[in-house]
Amino acid sequence: MNIFALTGSLTIEGLRETGRMANFAGRGALSGILGPFYWRAFFSSLMRIGFTSLPVVGLTAVFTGAALALNIYDGSLRFNAETFLPQILSVSIVRELGPVLAALMVAGRCASAMAAEIGTMRVTEQIDAMSTLAVDPYKYLIAPRIAATTLALPILVLIADIIGIYGGYLVAVYGLDFSGPVFIRNIAEFIENRDTISGLIKAAVFGFLIAVMGCYYGFRSRGGAQGVGAATRTAVVAAAVAILASNYVMTSFMVEF
Amino acid sequence: MTETTPAISVRDLHKGFDSNQVLRGVDLDVNTGRSLVVIGGSGTGKSVLLKCIIGLMRPDRGTIEVDGRNISRHTESDRRYMTRMTGMLFQGSALFDSLKVWENVAFRLLNAEKKSRKAAREKAIECLGQVGLSPEVGDLQPAALSGGMQKRVSLARAIASDPQILFFDEPTTGLDPIMADVINNLIVDRVKALGATAVSITHDMASARKIADEIAMLYQGRIIWRGAPDEIENSGNPMVDQFVHGRAEGPIKMAVRKS
Ligand SMILES: Nc1ncnc2c1ncn2[C@@H]1O[C@H](COP(=O)(O)OP(=O)(O)OP(=O)(O)O)[C@@H](O)[C@H]1O
Ligand SMILES: [Mg+2]
Repeated sequence: MNIFALTGSLTIEGLRETGRMANFAGRGALSGILGPFYWRAFFSSLMRIGFTSLPVVGLTAVFTGAALALNIYDGSLRFNAETFLPQILSVSIVRELGPVLAALMVAGRCASAMAAEIGTMRVTEQIDAMSTLAVDPYKYLIAPRIAATTLALPILVLIADIIGIYGGYLVAVYGLDFSGPVFIRNIAEFIENRDTISGLIKAAVFGFLIAVMGCYYGFRSRGGAQGVGAATRTAVVAAAVAILASNYVMTSFMVEF
Repeated sequence: MTETTPAISVRDLHKGFDSNQVLRGVDLDVNTGRSLVVIGGSGTGKSVLLKCIIGLMRPDRGTIEVDGRNISRHTESDRRYMTRMTGMLFQGSALFDSLKVWENVAFRLLNAEKKSRKAAREKAIECLGQVGLSPEVGDLQPAALSGGMQKRVSLARAIASDPQILFFDEPTTGLDPIMADVINNLIVDRVKALGATAVSITHDMASARKIADEIAMLYQGRIIWRGAPDEIENSGNPMVDQFVHGRAEGPIKMAVRKS
């Protein structure tokens, strides 16, 4: 096969896959909207995705905030701007690091878990069985997970923002001799609603993408444990790439306003 | 027989996977209220045949009519039509391992028919009783059950909403002879008492004789013989003969290489 044909067929296959994924995402989201909506499945996903991700998201945030404070301090010292540490720290966390890091952690935990769970259901014919029992697997399995992750991520990110800033606060106040009340007042005066909101919008999009990747690769898995393993791996990588790429696209729109 | 439209009518059904042509022109009629047993060697496509009929696989060619409605175009509404009136026992049980046993049995009642949890649970316990399982089993997870118990739970799930057409893929495989006979009786009972139509797959000739009004043998992608259970002993067909008596020597060659 010559190089042009190879490039062409790879491009076509890539576009096809993207199309299938978009189709899947649309069908999943639509069946959630059209109902019936399975609240029980939704709440159990919400617990599993949202609540149990709190510790890992919190830990990521506190250490990132702390390290970030040190770096900002060190960097801004070079042009005597170290008093702006609280402002720079908070805007970096709220707009960028909070959403991206929380989403990457949740992708690692949940996109893989979803792919493994749904993939196992696929290869053991549980999904086939479900449709013979007059329950649409898109409605029972996909829609609740998409809804739960899309809702859980903004909440997790809000918490991550607070914990991350707190990590920076600890370093600044106890390590770098900042005054605590001034640190907080500076942030409160500086941060605008649109900083926070843009971060939360990103988070919702990331949540949607995580669920779509996890469910899509799980749903399509074939051929036993090996197929499920491959699906799990692909789901995590695809979710991470989707998060980072969509982050850039969204950021480039958001900073223009 | 003078029925006008058979419950299931399959014509010239073809289904293959890549180069592996599994079904090569299956013709099959099942009349309403009758019980058909499909026999055939391992890997001849019995499960594939059931999955095509029930709408889980799309046939490559041929038509499938259920109660006179052509469902072989495999549209969304065809599949919804099929699921409304059918129940299926999967060969591998296919229980939902995240749900308790009773929630498995009542899955359709809870999630499609929107029954209250209390009513659904009662019905589930009743169905579990019919397959010889005690109410306490209902609160276990499927993973805590033996293979034979899982099969019975799966059977209970298939019959829980009283479907008109039942598909059983090896209902008695992995059960002890006594329990197998209980299951046979249950299937006979469903068909006779409720007027359901049943298509079962089995390798167990005793079970086939008991539950079948008719037996059909699938071989090399086609139905090669069909008749009443008491005709099968002297079918005059060497392939059927070999299968029924379980002989390694005969016209059916198993793909076993002797080194
Ligand atoms: N999803 C699938 N993809 C590819 N090939 C398949 C698939 N399902 C079945 N086959 C192939 O179709 C053939 C028939 O399979 P099937 O499961 O129908 O056999 P069977 O008659 O039910 O056998 P057994 O008695 O062992 O259950 C096999 O060769 C199998 O490899
Ligand atoms: Mg089979």
